[in-house]
Amino acid sequence: MFKNINPSTVFPIINSIFKILFILFIFVLIIGLVEALYLSPKDYIQGHSVRIMYVHVPAAWISLGTFGSIGFLSLFNFIFKNKNFSLIAKSFAPSGLVLCIIALVTGSIWGKPTWGTWWAWDARITSMLLLCIFYILYILTWNVFEKNSNKEKISSIIAIIGMINLPIIKFSVEWWNTLHQNSTVKILSESSIHPSMLLPLLIMTFAFILFTLLIFLMKYKVEVIKFKKKGLERL
Amino acid sequence: MINQLFIMDGHGIYVWSAFLFTMFSFLSLYLIIKAQLVKEQANFANKFYNLSEKKLATVKAKKINKEILVNSPNYNF
Repeated sequence: MFKNINPSTVFPIINSIFKILFILFIFVLIIGLVEALYLSPKDYIQGHSVRIMYVHVPAAWISLGTFGSIGFLSLFNFIFKNKNFSLIAKSFAPSGLVLCIIALVTGSIWGKPTWGTWWAWDARITSMLLLCIFYILYILTWNVFEKNSNKEKISSIIAIIGMINLPIIKFSVEWWNTLHQNSTVKILSESSIHPSMLLPLLIMTFAFILFTLLIFLMKYKVEVIKFKKKGLERL
Repeated sequence: MINQLFIMDGHGIYVWSAFLFTMFSFLSLYLIIKAQLVKEQANFANKFYNLSEKKLATVKAKKINKEILVNSPNYNF
């Protein structure tokens, strides 16, 4: 079933698409930055500070999505015993962690002019901090343990347990009274965000997705080379 | 225009610091992973070209090894 998803078949594809993705990322990022910093309107309540949304929201969305992917890949690794799943999961972690940190830091910067404080221990912010801790634990596991099977098992358990936090992050603003505002962009119902703000948000989200993909491809190459190097040592 | 782009009615310091932190994080992560990749490629090339003739012939037959070493300075397939 997963015969075609192996490093030997994927590696040449990565080499051929990387440059195209990189150029596309730069192009989309420039358009996104112009839209976010100059063309999009200011908010009638928050003023220009609303522009922080264009980096804060995509970072938060993608860090959640990335951890979800890591969790599912870890689960598949347990079920199908395919080492490639853990290599893919491990390769997603660095970009996920950095995006989670970006979401926390930019959220904190946005909090000062909006709420009058850099930090509040409310449900959304605390659960995002917990996600950041899960990312750190996941990455540390790969570096701390000596035995490869231990690394895979423990990191997978951390990722699967960490997945419980994802719906908590998503619904925290509905379940508890928080300083953090409710979702304005919805997939299943009508979004309350104005189209003039939705467009730059979507462009920046696309740029962040491309960046995540680029980092993932580079990190996956690193992991495949490490794996193949061990093969040479065993010869 | 300058006011809107840089000062932003007093919010410029928050907006620009958030965007600069994001771009700095992106660049740092890219450079770190790129350095890891270059290091691993060099280590792999070192191990690969130090193999005996017989072993080298076996590993040269694998397409993925060629793909890994394509940017190596002593690329020889």
